[in-house]
Amino acid sequence: MIFINQYCHLQNRSFARQGNRVFTFASGTLDDFMEEAFRWLSLSYPKFYKMDHLSKMGFLASEMLLKDMPLLPRYLPDQVALVLSNAASSLDTDLHFAESMKTIPSPALFVYTLPNIVAGEICIRQGITGENAFFVFPEFDAVHMADYVSLVMESEKTLACIGGWIEVMGDHHDVFLYLAEKERGDTGVEHTAEQLHKIYKSSALWKN
Amino acid sequence: MEELIAKLKNQIIEALNLKHLKPEDIGDDQPLFVEGLGLDSIDALELIVLLQQQYNIKLSDPKDGPKIFKSVKSIAEYIQKHQAA
Repeated sequence: MIFINQYCHLQNRSFARQGNRVFTFASGTLDDFMEEAFRWLSLSYPKFYKMDHLSKMGFLASEMLLKDMPLLPRYLPDQVALVLSNAASSLDTDLHFAESMKTIPSPALFVYTLPNIVAGEICIRQGITGENAFFVFPEFDAVHMADYVSLVMESEKTLACIGGWIEVMGDHHDVFLYLAEKERGDTGVEHTAEQLHKIYKSSALWKN
Repeated sequence: MEELIAKLKNQIIEALNLKHLKPEDIGDDQPLFVEGLGLDSIDALELIVLLQQQYNIKLSDPKDGPKIFKSVKSIAEYIQKHQAA
């Protein structure tokens, strides 16, 4: 059996953890929001400033998801997998890179013109080296996510998996991450497509 | 030279997104890579772009890179030498 023990949602310039809104910064640009969230999380990680928007959002959400409960004391690096998805792939950064090509293309932008770079950034930060995959779908697909994460966790080696949706396009952002584990946590629910769909929808921050 | 070094520090912070640093945090002779500021290979490419965009200098031989980009001072010396030529 697999359980969803933690989840967080980043939408509309707000963070929710376990369905409760914990941080909002509505003024300024999207960059301002991300830097304010970075400061609010009391993080020291200079590379954050070099990341594109997709990686920054994934990085912030993973920090929020694992706040006060890092994975590595509990698991070996290769026991944790990562399965991510979105709709826009890396298009947000691709467009910025295309713009930079009008003068001199930026190498620092070019390295982010793949969607799975955000997976690499999260793995480096959290020190995890397990199985990873990145899918592109028109919208968050709870059925596929539940199936694939369950498949990955059928392996005896994989004891935990970060799954979710990291969508960033222009000012639009919708980031939903969850931690699936083989051991049930205090507030854990069974890892099924129905539960995933319910949690994704109920933790949304579009309103209020 | 001092003016150029000060300008370069600001340009490097801007171009390389080193928002956690202030110009005074970067020593004139401080190594930029590895044990110094910890810049990486992508940063090296951005420094080449910076020279091209801001000073119209194209690195003729990439092998010269490590010597030119050793520190802010060495970059400033290279720019001055190139502009005087």
